[in-house]
Amino acid sequence: MSMLEVENTIVDLPTPRGMLRAVDGVDLTLEAGKTLGVVGESGSGKTMLSRAILQLLPRRAKLSGAIRFDGQDMTRIPAETLRKLRAKSVAVVFQDPMTSLNPVLTIGTQLTETMREHLGVSQSEAISRGIALLAEVGIPSPEQRMGNYPHQLSGGMRQRVAIAIALSCAPKLLIADEPTTALDVTVQAQILDLLAREQRSRHMAMMLITHDLGVVAGRTDEVAVMYAGRVVERAPTRELFHHMRMPYTAALMAALPKLDAPPHTRLPAIGGRPPDPINPPPGCSFAPRCSYADAVCDKAKPPLSAPDRMAHQFACIRPLPVKVAA
Amino acid sequence: MLKLIGRRLLYLLPVLLAVSVLTFLVAALLPGDMAEVLLGDQATPETLAALRHDMGLDQPLLVRYFIWLSHVLQGDFGRSFRTGQTVLSAVAERLPISLELMLGAQLIGLSIGIPVAIICAVRQGSWFDRTMTGGAFGMLSVPSFLSAILLIWLFAVQFQILPATGYTPFSEDPWGNLRGFVLPALTLALGEWPVITRVLRSDMIATLQEDFIAMARAKGLKQSRILLVHALKPSSLTLVTVTGINIGRLIGGAVIVETIFAMPGIGRLLVTAIYSRDLMMLQGVVLLVASGFVMLNFIVDLLYATLDPRIRHGRG
Repeated sequence: MSMLEVENTIVDLPTPRGMLRAVDGVDLTLEAGKTLGVVGESGSGKTMLSRAILQLLPRRAKLSGAIRFDGQDMTRIPAETLRKLRAKSVAVVFQDPMTSLNPVLTIGTQLTETMREHLGVSQSEAISRGIALLAEVGIPSPEQRMGNYPHQLSGGMRQRVAIAIALSCAPKLLIADEPTTALDVTVQAQILDLLAREQRSRHMAMMLITHDLGVVAGRTDEVAVMYAGRVVERAPTRELFHHMRMPYTAALMAALPKLDAPPHTRLPAIGGRPPDPINPPPGCSFAPRCSYADAVCDKAKPPLSAPDRMAHQFACIRPLPVKVAA
Repeated sequence: MLKLIGRRLLYLLPVLLAVSVLTFLVAALLPGDMAEVLLGDQATPETLAALRHDMGLDQPLLVRYFIWLSHVLQGDFGRSFRTGQTVLSAVAERLPISLELMLGAQLIGLSIGIPVAIICAVRQGSWFDRTMTGGAFGMLSVPSFLSAILLIWLFAVQFQILPATGYTPFSEDPWGNLRGFVLPALTLALGEWPVITRVLRSDMIATLQEDFIAMARAKGLKQSRILLVHALKPSSLTLVTVTGINIGRLIGGAVIVETIFAMPGIGRLLVTAIYSRDLMMLQGVVLLVASGFVMLNFIVDLLYATLDPRIRHGRG
């Protein structure tokens, strides 16, 4: 039994135009202490998937499938049981620390309240633990920072505070939803390194959600690439970067700027737009933008399968050839 | 913070000056003057002119204004020409009654309005939400004299549990005093809570969409803490503004309610002063009430800073 098992999870969101299928039958597993990178462009459903795992979907959203944490289906437990499990089982770091921290409460309040609620520690104990946590995530003069409000800190510092809050109850799984997208480039690497360091030292599982393949390379054990609500390729990180099979993953990779490219090189952006999630095409949802697609691709959605290597799954009828090891 | 207070206080000066001009003009422009009221219908033009001269009413408006203003600035608001009582002592005598009434109304209004707003925001679109927002709208259109009469009929006539009219000083009978205030305060509050609910509900709905509320949920906090600590405080800026402005409505409402419930408050003092063309009293009371209103809204401005640290630190 894996620590986290996401099974055939579907998330539908009602919109004025009709039901929008944000997550379309996702299966994922994550072992304790491991890291999974979830990569996809905007609207690929990666954030909705994380919200489903966190049980934080909008009230009108319809969720089906099972999301088991330590064998317990989080979608079927009573609200109060779920509330008590939160923070200690799954914690989250959101994209923008400007909006994920409450502007009218002090850092100290936001940091200690979770520990007070779940760990049953006294206020003074929570404060000293909070100061230690702030120091751990690299915040200078943490005692003073406890009395500060979020707006008095820089973006990078705020995200460090958000990480300290997420870590405060020693979660088994940390979901980091684009944790560096809203930050200055100079602090992005620092925050990612901090997350990786905490993940290792705490033997915590981590789900790193990003639109940037470069972020997951070297920082995750496994990568799942999402497109139009589905996982289209999933493999151990090393394997994925060496043998991309799904043309979408390869196109994402090609769209990354390269340092060694000559000046004024045009980035090979992926042409076209993602399919309309309210009226998805019957076949492979990437087919309309795919340069390898043929008529077969428009017939039916290819399932996520691992035809030749057990650990490397992809959903494609016309996969890229396996590169011969050089 | 001190600089903020100082700057805001400076803004008050022109406001108060404008209030004094308006007050004086309104009183001066009322048809009929004190001399006519004092002498009655039988007065000859000569006696009227003589009295006007004695009272300084024949002076130009501007001169009269500056004479009045210079007295006011020295703390002399003049005397009622009817009773001879000074304006200040008349106001001091009646102010506690009106304050108790408005405080009671505000408390009842907030204690109905805030919980209703929170429940409506959390259960947005539910039957409770629809009933309450609809009900609030309906309640806003009921004039206070009508709700006063309905309340009197219900609680004083049908159930006979509360007095219909009258005022008992707190020092004589504290319980009787409070009982006497229930219906008038409730009357005013019935016009108050819909405003509070409507404003707070929409702000709460917006706040509940914020990331930090999702974060608070992810932290596994109790629903009560999420709503009352994480959501209510950042949603209450407009509520505080509206509550401050509503004091103005309450003063207007108090005039009607004090008359219906026979409470000797500022409202009644004002009405009597208008009927008897007691200009000194009228000017003085209006100026004092308006200054009080301006001061209260100054305090409301300061409350913002308490609610939102970004204002306190001079940002945002």
